[in-house]
Amino acid sequence: MYEASIREPLILGDKTAHDITEDICRPIEGKANKYWWWCFSVSVAALIWWVLCVSITVGQGIGVWGLNNVVDWGWDITNFVWWVGIGHAGTLISAVLLLFRQKWRLSINRAAEAMTIFAVICAASFLLTHTGRPWLDYTLFPLPNQFGSLWVNFNSPLIWDTFAVSTYFSVSLVFWYTGLIPDFAVVRDRAKTKGMKFWYGLLSFGWVGSAKNWQRFEEVSLVLAGMSTPLVLSVHTIVSMDFATSIVPGWHTTIFPPYFVAGAIFSGFAMVQTLLIITRKVLSLENYITTYHIDMMNRIIMITGSIVGIAYITEFFMSWYSGVEYESYCFVNRATGYYWWAYWSMMTCNVISPQLFWFKKLRTNFTFTFILSIVVNIGMWFERFVIIVTSLHRAYLPSEWSTYHPTWVEVGIFIGSIGLFFTCFLLFARFFPVIAMSELKTIVKSSSSQAKREFKEEAHH
Amino acid sequence: MNYVITKNNKTLSFVLMGVGILSIVYGFATDSLRAWGSLLMSNFYVMAIALAGIFFLAVQYVAEVGWSVQIKRVLMAMGTYLPYAGGFLILIFVVGHHDLYFWTHHEYYDKASPDYDRLLDGKHAFLNMPFYITRLVLYAGIWSYFALMLRKESLKEDIVGGVINYKKSVKLSAIFLVLFAVSSSTSAWDILMSIDAHWFSTLFGWYVFAGMFVSGLTVIAMLVIYLKRSGYLPNVNDSHIHDLGKFMFAFSIFWTYLWFSQFMLIWYANLPEEVAYYAFRQDHFKAIFVLNFLINFFCPFLILMTRDSKRIKGLILFIGSIMLIGHWLDVYLIVMPGVVGDHATVGITEVGTTCFFAGLFLYVFFNSLSKAPLVPKNHPMLGESLHHQI
Repeated sequence: MYEASIREPLILGDKTAHDITEDICRPIEGKANKYWWWCFSVSVAALIWWVLCVSITVGQGIGVWGLNNVVDWGWDITNFVWWVGIGHAGTLISAVLLLFRQKWRLSINRAAEAMTIFAVICAASFLLTHTGRPWLDYTLFPLPNQFGSLWVNFNSPLIWDTFAVSTYFSVSLVFWYTGLIPDFAVVRDRAKTKGMKFWYGLLSFGWVGSAKNWQRFEEVSLVLAGMSTPLVLSVHTIVSMDFATSIVPGWHTTIFPPYFVAGAIFSGFAMVQTLLIITRKVLSLENYITTYHIDMMNRIIMITGSIVGIAYITEFFMSWYSGVEYESYCFVNRATGYYWWAYWSMMTCNVISPQLFWFKKLRTNFTFTFILSIVVNIGMWFERFVIIVTSLHRAYLPSEWSTYHPTWVEVGIFIGSIGLFFTCFLLFARFFPVIAMSELKTIVKSSSSQAKREFKEEAHH
Repeated sequence: MNYVITKNNKTLSFVLMGVGILSIVYGFATDSLRAWGSLLMSNFYVMAIALAGIFFLAVQYVAEVGWSVQIKRVLMAMGTYLPYAGGFLILIFVVGHHDLYFWTHHEYYDKASPDYDRLLDGKHAFLNMPFYITRLVLYAGIWSYFALMLRKESLKEDIVGGVINYKKSVKLSAIFLVLFAVSSSTSAWDILMSIDAHWFSTLFGWYVFAGMFVSGLTVIAMLVIYLKRSGYLPNVNDSHIHDLGKFMFAFSIFWTYLWFSQFMLIWYANLPEEVAYYAFRQDHFKAIFVLNFLINFFCPFLILMTRDSKRIKGLILFIGSIMLIGHWLDVYLIVMPGVVGDHATVGITEVGTTCFFAGLFLYVFFNSLSKAPLVPKNHPMLGESLHHQI
C-alpha cells in the first residue's frame, strides 16, 4: 500500500478506525438537530405541493400544462432529462472511479449513489406523468397482444429509454445496497434499542464480516462496477437518441450521445457538491469530505463543462458548415430568437462559469463551490429547455411556429420534484450511514493524515 | 539505464523505409491518386499514434497517476516523432492538395462556371488555402512543441530533482490538453472530413480521436512489452501490462460506442446529405466496412475480457497486431473512398506507404529512447510505479 508522499491525505484529524465508526454512526444513533428538521419541513412542504400538482395533472389531463400542438414537449421532458443527468455522477463515482482506483471516491460514493437513486425516481415520475394517463403506463413495456394493447414499437428510442432507465435504476439500487450491507451490520452491532437492532439486522442480511463475506462483497462490487460503467454511458446515450434519431433541426446531430453523457456527469457532480457541502457541515464530516475532495470534483466539473462547451461550439459550427439552412437557422434562432435568454443562460452557466475553476483559490473555496454548483445545474436545466423548446417552436413550416410558456402546474411539479428529492436525501442522511465507513477504513493505513506523517518520519530515519 | 539500439532495430527501420519508398515510387508510376491517398492516410495513421502517446502522457500528469511513471519515457519517445509527422502533413497537403481535396479546385467557387458549387462556396470562409495551411502549421507546431517540452522538463528533473519540474510538467500538460481538446476535433475535420467536403458529422472529431487513442494505447503496450522482453524496464510487472490491457479493452469499446453512435444516427434519420457517406462505403467497400467493426470491437472485447488474458504478454502482442490492422482499415475507410473513389483497393501502394512511415517512426522512437535514461529518476511518484501491484 505504498503511496507517494506528494499525495494529500484523504482523512484528516488523525482518525482511527474506531473514530470513523463513531463519527459516521453518530447522526443515526442520536437525535436530529434543528437544521435537519428545518430542511426536512421545507422539503416535505414542497413534496406536498408536488402531490397536489401531479394530482391536478392526472385528474384533469395534461391540458393543464402549457403544451400545444407545436411544442408538445416542454418542462416535462426537460425535467426528466435534467434529473436523469444528475443521477449519473453517483454511478460514475462508484463504478468508474473504482475502476480507476481513485481512493478519494470512498468518502463521497455512498451519498452520491443515494443521490442517483433519488434523482432517477424523480426522473421516472416525469416519464410516468407526461403520458397524461399514468394508469396506462404499463403499456410502455412489451406485453402480449391478448393483454389488450398493441405490442410496443421496438424501433422507437422511447422504448429503449424505458429499458435503459429501468435497468439503470435496478443496477444502481443493487450496487448501492450491496455497499450498505456491511455498514448496516455495524449499526446493528452497536444498536442499543430493540427496534434498531431488529431493523438494521433485517437490512444487513445477516452479515457477519467473515473473510468469505468480504471476498464475495469485493467480487460483487467489481462485477457491478463493470456492469454500471457501460450503463452510465448507455442511459444518457439513449436519452439523447430520443432527440437525435429524429430529423428535427437542432436535434438530429451525431455528437449528441457522448455530449449528453458529458453533460450528465457535469450536472451530477454539481449536485453532489451541493449536497455534500451542506451534509459535511450539518453532520460534522469535515475530516472526511475535505478540501481535496471538493477540489477533485471541481476539476471533473471543469473538464466535463469544457467538453460540453466544445460540443456546443461544434454543433454551432457544423450547422453553418453543413450548408443546411434549417440547421443554421435553428442555431442562430437559439442564440438570437425568442428564447435567446435561455440560450445565453445556458452558455454562461455551463461554459463560462466552470472556467473559473482554473483558479485553485476558487476551486478550493467551499462557499464559491456551493454557489457555482447551483449555477451549473441551472445551466444544465436551461440546456435541456433550449434543446427541446427552441427546436420545436420553429418547425419546417411557418404554420407550425408557436411559443410555449409553462403553467403554474408545470412549475409546481418541477419545484415539488426537488422537494421529493430532498425529502428522500434527508431521510437517507438520517437513517443510513452517509459515508461508506467499512470501505473508508481500508485506506486509514495508507492515506490518512497520521499515516502520511508516519511515512514521512520513517523516511527521515 | 539507457536503451541501446540493436542492429535488428536499425535493419527493421531501414527495411521498412526502403520498402516504403519503393512502394511510393511504384504507386506514383501506376496510379497517382492511390499514391496520394496512401501518403495522406499512412502519415495520419502513424502521426495519430505518436500524438496519442503525448495525449496519454499529459493525462498521466494531470490526473496525478502513479503506476505509469516507469513507461513515461516510452511515451515521450513516441512524441519526438511529431515534428516529422507534422512536416509530412504540411508537405503532403502543399504538393498533393489538388488530388486529395476537391474543395481546393477553383472552378467550384466561380459563379460563372458550370461547376459552381453553392455548398462549397458557403464553406469558403473555413475551407480556403491560407486559413487551411495556417491551421496545419498550428497543429504541427503546437503538438510538437508540447511533446518536446514535456520531454525536456522530465529530463531536467532527472538532474535537478525536487518537484519543480514535475509541477511544470503538470501545467504544460494541462495547457496541452486544452489545446488538444480543440485541435483533435478541428484537425480531424481538416485533414480527414474535408476530403468529402460536402459531408459533415458533429461527432467526427471525437470518433477519430477514439480510433487514434486505441491505436496509440496498443502501440504503447506493444513497445513496453518489447522493451521488457529485451531485458529493459525490470520493474515493469504483470500489473502494468494488465493496466495497459485494460485501457486497450476499455477504449476499444469506447471507439465502438462512437462508431455506433455516428453510424446509427445517420442510418436512422436517413437524410440524403448525410447518408451518402455511409451508402458509398457500404456499396463499394462492404467487406472492409464490416471487417472494421468486427475486428475493432469483437477481437479486443472477447479476447481481452478476462483478467488473465490482459496479463499474457504474447496475447497482448497478438491482439495488438490485429487491432492495429483494424484501425488501419478504419483510417483507410475514412480516406481512400473519398480520394480514390469506388475503385480504391488495398495493395502494394497502400500497405507499402504505411511501412515507410512505420519505419521512420520506429527509427525516431528508438533513437530518442536511447538518448535518455529509460525510467525517470526523480519523479515524485516513481515509488508507486515500482511497487505497483493489483
